This record gives sequence, C-alpha cells and structure tokens, in this order.
Amino acid sequence: MTTLSMAQALNAALRDALREDDRVLVFGEDVGPLGGVFRVTDGLTKEFGEQRCFDTPLAEAGIVGLAVGLAMGGFRPVIEMQFDAFAYPAFEQIASHVAKLRNRTRGRLSLPMVIRIPYAGGIGGVEHHCDSSEAYYAHTPGLKVVTPATADDAYWLLRDAIADPDPVVFMEPKRLYWSKGETSAGDRRAAGFGRAAVLREGRDATLVAYGPTVPVALEAAEAAARDGRDLEVVDLRTIVPFDDATVVASVRKTGRCVVIQEAQGFAGVGAEIAARVQERCFHSLAAPVLRVTGFDIPYPPPILEHSHLPDADRVLDAVDRLQFDDEPDLLHLAGEAS
Amino acid sequence: MSVDVLLPSPVPVRFVAEDGTAVQPPTGYQVPAEERLLEGFRRMVVGRRFDRQATALTKQGRLAVYPSSRGQEACQIAGVLALREDDWLFPTYRDSVALVSRGLDPVEVLTLLRGGWHCGYDPVATRVAPQCTPLATQTIHAVGMADALRRKGEDGVVMAFIGDGGTSEGDFHEALNYAAVLGAPVVFFVQNNKYAISVPLAKQSAAPALAYKGIGYGIRSEQVDGNDLVAVLSVLDAAVEHARTGGGPFLVEAHTYRMDPHTNADDATRYRDRQEVERWEAADPLARLETYLRERGVLTADAVDAAHEAAEKFAAQVRQDLNADPEADPFELFEHVFAEATPQLREQRALLASELED
Repeated sequence: MTTLSMAQALNAALRDALREDDRVLVFGEDVGPLGGVFRVTDGLTKEFGEQRCFDTPLAEAGIVGLAVGLAMGGFRPVIEMQFDAFAYPAFEQIASHVAKLRNRTRGRLSLPMVIRIPYAGGIGGVEHHCDSSEAYYAHTPGLKVVTPATADDAYWLLRDAIADPDPVVFMEPKRLYWSKGETSAGDRRAAGFGRAAVLREGRDATLVAYGPTVPVALEAAEAAARDGRDLEVVDLRTIVPFDDATVVASVRKTGRCVVIQEAQGFAGVGAEIAARVQERCFHSLAAPVLRVTGFDIPYPPPILEHSHLPDADRVLDAVDRLQFDDEPDLLHLAGEAS
Repeated sequence: MSVDVLLPSPVPVRFVAEDGTAVQPPTGYQVPAEERLLEGFRRMVVGRRFDRQATALTKQGRLAVYPSSRGQEACQIAGVLALREDDWLFPTYRDSVALVSRGLDPVEVLTLLRGGWHCGYDPVATRVAPQCTPLATQTIHAVGMADALRRKGEDGVVMAFIGDGGTSEGDFHEALNYAAVLGAPVVFFVQNNKYAISVPLAKQSAAPALAYKGIGYGIRSEQVDGNDLVAVLSVLDAAVEHARTGGGPFLVEAHTYRMDPHTNADDATRYRDRQEVERWEAADPLARLETYLRERGVLTADAVDAAHEAAEKFAAQVRQDLNADPEADPFELFEHVFAEATPQLREQRALLASELED
C-alpha cells in the first residue's frame, strides 16, 4: 500500500493503463507537457510520447468527436474536459453519439472511451468552474457515470472505466484531488465498478453519498456517533450502473435514510435515489427519505459557496428530522402550510 | 504552405458543359478513365431509379420518411467511385444512393428510414459509419477514424459527406481544424444542394463559396460543378490521392441542386419557385453525362437500355423486399444499451415481458 492524493492515484491509473495497452490514448486541453491544470496527466507525455498523450485544439465537441472516431477505429481514448461547465459544448456529441452508438448499430460498434470531468466546487473557483453536472449524464441512457471519493477508488475505478467496453463519464470531485489515502495500485483489483461501498457501518440511519459529499457524510456520522447516534455511510462510487442492492440492504437494516449530494436538488440524482429507496424499502422506513443538497441556484461566487454546499451540520439537521422521537417534522409542516 | 496552394479555383471546376459538350478543364485535373465514367453512368441510372422507388415507397407508407437526393447523383456516385473498399465513408441521412452504390444491401440502408432500427447495416464490415442526422457531428468522427487509420499504419482515406447547411454548424469547423492540425487523411465533401430544408444558401453563408472555408484552417480546397460527374470524380480522385499520400485533409465543395423537397413531408413550393427548379432540370447530371459519353462514342444505345433495365430490376427487388413489414423484437431494445444489461434494464425487460403477456 502507498499513500497518494486522488490526483496522484488517477495519474498512476492512466500511467498503468498506457503501459499495459497500446490502444489507450490520453488527450484534451493542456494535458500534454503541462500535465493538466490539476496535474492528473503529469509526466505522461514525457514517458509515453506525443502520440499517446497529447494536447488538442481548444474545442470540446472536437475532443469528444475525435475520441468517437478513434474508438470506432479500435483505440481506447481517455479524454479530459478541463472543467465541468467546459464540457457543455460537447454535450451533443456525448448525448447523441457517445451514448447511442452501440444502440444505433445493434452492438456492431462499441465505444470503449472515458470522458474525465473534474466537477463540483468547494475550491473557490470562479463561475463556470464548479458545476455538478452528473445528473445530465446519469439521465442519458448508454453512459456509465462514475465518481470516486477515495484515492484507492480513484485508481481502480479509472482502471475499470478504461477497460470497460462502454463509454464512461468519469467525474472527479475537484476538492478531493489533494485528499490523501492509501491505495493498492498495482497490488490487487478491487471490485468497485457498479458496486456501492459501505464506508461505515451503523444501525440508526443510512447516509447515501457520492463523490464530493462522501467526506461530508463521514464527518456527520463521526459527529453523530459522539451524540450516540450510529449512522451507516454508503458511497455509491458508480451512479450508473446504480447499486440498488447495497443501498436497499442498508436502508432496510437502518429504517432511515438521508441522501446527500452537492448538486442543486431539483430533479437531481438524489431525487432518483430517494424515489428508489422509498419504492423498495417502504415497509422498513420509519421516516420519509430526506435529501440534503445544494440549493436550486446557479453555482455561487467563491465568497458565498460555503452557504450553498451541504456540510455536516446540514446533514445532521436532516438526521434530526428522521423522527427518532415521534415528533412531527416541523420543517416539512411549515412548508405545507405556506 | 503558400496560401495560393490552398485556394479553390475561382469558378467551379468543370469538364462537361450543361449541354454535354466537353469544355477545357483547369490544369492539374485528369479526365477519369472511360471505364470508370461508364461505371459512373450505370450507377447513376440505378441510383436515380432507387431514389424514385424510395420516394414512392414512402408515399405508400412503407418508409417513415425519405430525404431524396435526386439531382445529386453525380456527387453520390463520384464520392463512392473515388474510394477504395478499405476506405471509410461517413454519410448523412441524404446519402442512401451512395450507400447502395457502395454495395450495401438496400434493405439494410433503408432500415433507418423504414423505422425498423436506427442503423441497419454493419459499419465495420462495410466501412460506412451510420447515416448521421445531427448535422456535421459526423465530420469530427471522420477525423478521428482517419487518425486511427494513420496510427495503425494503414493507407486508408476517410470521406465525410456534408451538406451546405451543415457547414454552418460548429462541429464542421472543429473538424476542419482538428483534421488540419493532425494532418489526418480525410476528405470533406460538401454537397451544396442550395437548401437546408427551406433556408437558401444566401441566408446560410456570405462566403464567396463554401470551399473558401478551408483556407482559414490551412486546408487545401476546391469547388466543382456538382452536376458534372467527370469533374466531381476527377476532383475527388485528386483529393483522395492528396489525403492518401500524406498531404493531409482536403475540402471539396460540389455545386448541385436538390430537385425534390427536403423529404416527402416537406412542401418546397413554399420557399422556391417552379422556374428555379426548371433551370436546374437543364443542368441534369445524368442527361449531361449520357450526352457526353454518347457523343464520344463510348456509350451505346444498347448500353443505355441495359443500364435502365438493370435499374428496373434493382428497383423491383427493393420494392419486393420492402413490401413486407419489418420484423422487430421489442426485447432487442434492452440488448444494445450497454455490452451487458444493468440490473435496472433487466428489471424493465421483465416488466415489458409481463405487459406483452397480458
């Protein structure tokens, strides 16, 4: 085991994939000699040459479209969209081609490619640099959507994504790039792709989180434990495919559930999870499934982002509303009255 | 590279005038071999008959929709004749005639328009990408495929078809730029048929010709009379050769005309008058080539009859094949979303199965 930051773990995954498979190509904006604005591709051009890791012209639809053609031609492109909101020009390519080519051609053409997207906020980024755009991709059939929360998962989920026969949108929580953790890179293969991880076991309620809100959930569980509440934390790891089994098993055990996402709440991934949980766990639930999310606002300027981002306190407030003491949910009643 | 090398001819390259007489072409282009021109004629006859048949089948309800390329046969056929079997073609929805001419099964080509599935043929076996509906998005895929061929050490070329309207899309410009920067062996072939559904070229672009769009990207470009098969084939031969021998991408604009409405669902009388269409009748690519070849003694009356006979036979087969309802398996809907269906898709498949049992 070695200790790496998430950015270093991702770099190691790209390096190992480039080394093991000649078909793997890495490209995007500033991913060459600079090593990417977050240094995830650091040193790859030097080690593997300009043919394997290269800078493209500054045009995101072009990057994705080029990857489609290369994947049709037998390569395995791993491309970088520099920031979440910078990927929007490529949305047509992603939604109309990347997601659909296998289906359109009855499986005769597949697109084994990975679209890496640094996403979400918490790093003081100015506008257009902090969007949580995972719901757009998760809502698009044909795309797998992955988001790691630990360095070890970052390494293995990216290796699995590159090896996957289908296109994967690989969403990297920016604020976790510098978080360090032990990784088993090169030692063993973890079975993380498509499986949620129970990061902390508990009996009283389940916190379901993914990507940037996983550390928030863990912090909240830690604090709750000091107050005698035993919370379970589930890290989805892959939003698509969604691991109903792990989430359902946890909520049936605890009987209560809070879903946490950094993205704005309306029509988000958290809403889907809440619906799935209540559909499958209704008779086990002692309280409504609650969501803790960002507000339904454009991502705020840096000085105000702390007011927007779900933190442990907001999670604990939600946990308090899970009707542990048969008190009515005053916040919800107030909402209904107005 | 000097700017002059990149610039297209100031007037469209032409070998044959509208009345079928030979004109002096600009230097640098060769008259294609007679056998290829004869082959081109035969294929144009079949292509036009196929197109007419597809339109008729649409009126009979056998196809959901059909975008005709009548009037564009010189482009459709020359594009195919200029390519080798191991070259790739990235077509649009209006290029069914080209695909049939490349030897694809007409039923498989029309699967999209028949509504049986999205792409009915095997893109890998045929080296033809799925017919593309979102305009210009396929041009950047063509660049990626061209780069893939080059990386694998193959000397294949990729040709991307696009229309005049499509050149306004951002993806077209990104594709030109990427192709030039990568030096990718790709030929962009613009069939300027003067209309994007109802919007005329004048509202689409203020460029002197669409071919001039190549120069800003450092791409060698040419414009050609798109209703002169001899000229289109000659220019595309040169473009393909340029790409195949390491010269990088090439942009060709062919001036042609969409004789029919956008699709059967369109009413062209709302945006263009009969006189305009009649003027283009006089420039018909098939009649022009026939006159040219016959006056040179290359094409006999018997050969013309044989071509039409072959076309009738071909159309009869298409008619017969499409007069049966397509078979579709609803469970196939779940098969090609991912390589392996997710648990959720398996659940939804089971739900559909129970609905179908009721």
